[in-house]
Amino acid sequence: MATGSKSLHRCKGDDVFVYDTELSSRLLLGTSRYPSPAILTEAVKASGTDVVTVSLRRESASERSGQGFFAIIRSLGVRVLPNTAGCHSVKEAVTTAHMAREVFGTSWIKLEVIGDEGTLQPDVFGLVEAARILCGDGFHVFPYTTEDLVVADKLIDAGCRVLMPWGAPIGSGLGLNNVLGLRALRARFPDVPLIVDAGIGVPSHAAHAMELGIDAVLINTAIARAGDPVGMAAAFAQAVRAGRAAFDAEPILPSDVATASTPTDGRAFLA
Amino acid sequence: MKIIVNGRVHEVLALTLDQALSELGYPESTVATAVNGEFVARGARPETRLIDGDRLEVVAPMQGG
Repeated sequence: MATGSKSLHRCKGDDVFVYDTELSSRLLLGTSRYPSPAILTEAVKASGTDVVTVSLRRESASERSGQGFFAIIRSLGVRVLPNTAGCHSVKEAVTTAHMAREVFGTSWIKLEVIGDEGTLQPDVFGLVEAARILCGDGFHVFPYTTEDLVVADKLIDAGCRVLMPWGAPIGSGLGLNNVLGLRALRARFPDVPLIVDAGIGVPSHAAHAMELGIDAVLINTAIARAGDPVGMAAAFAQAVRAGRAAFDAEPILPSDVATASTPTDGRAFLA
Repeated sequence: MKIIVNGRVHEVLALTLDQALSELGYPESTVATAVNGEFVARGARPETRLIDGDRLEVVAPMQGG
């Protein structure tokens, strides 16, 4: 069982390139569901991340909570990756992306076109259509997709140069639901940065993804809703580094039979 | 005129989008706007005339996954 091919264009160690931007961490963080802004701030620092995801929501003229949140994010000195979370149609997603580009001043967009309320899985048809429109409008699209190879091919044909396949339903903490699918995706697209997003629950899930040759992971609920989000952010950072280091060190291939690790030559005859 | 701002009805004297934002107390920057589901860029707000019943969405940065 191969653990995934290596591309000459992808870096060893912590560095990874997405849309010609070098990131020094393979751990990306979501910013929602934290107990407080202070804990969010400390978790971002503990994670060592370069990139956090953000969203756009209705702003109250009197409360202006969005202004306060944006100030916190800017003070952390990380890149923002706005999302189109909650969008169920191509029109909603495209409009949201345009609003995000204006507010956040970035052409990066994590594209979500949700198709099912129970699983929050992507509407892959709408996703490809929205990706094509946005790539044509100069956006750098990070599509939240499944492990489906045909969808991936269409997203790349639409202009995407990064894929964000899910691990499991958003917020479920179930880990990597379809390891075979992720391995197939990795093998089929060796030169496309893959960022597993959604459903990761514990650091070992993230390490497993990295050992498969996945380029990065995006974590939100598993850190934000942990008993100690700051501690968990640090744990995930270690797991992502360890998993990537393991991949770079070329792990042994699993075997169905045993192979003695102690040599049999020179064994004393004691019968 | 009555316009619907983020799902709630407001009575405004403003005739254009930028005037409406000012009247409602929104900052110019760090919000994005859509009228009747269509994105209106910041630069286009002064020439975007509003009519009675228009739906205005004003959004700002928020936490997201």
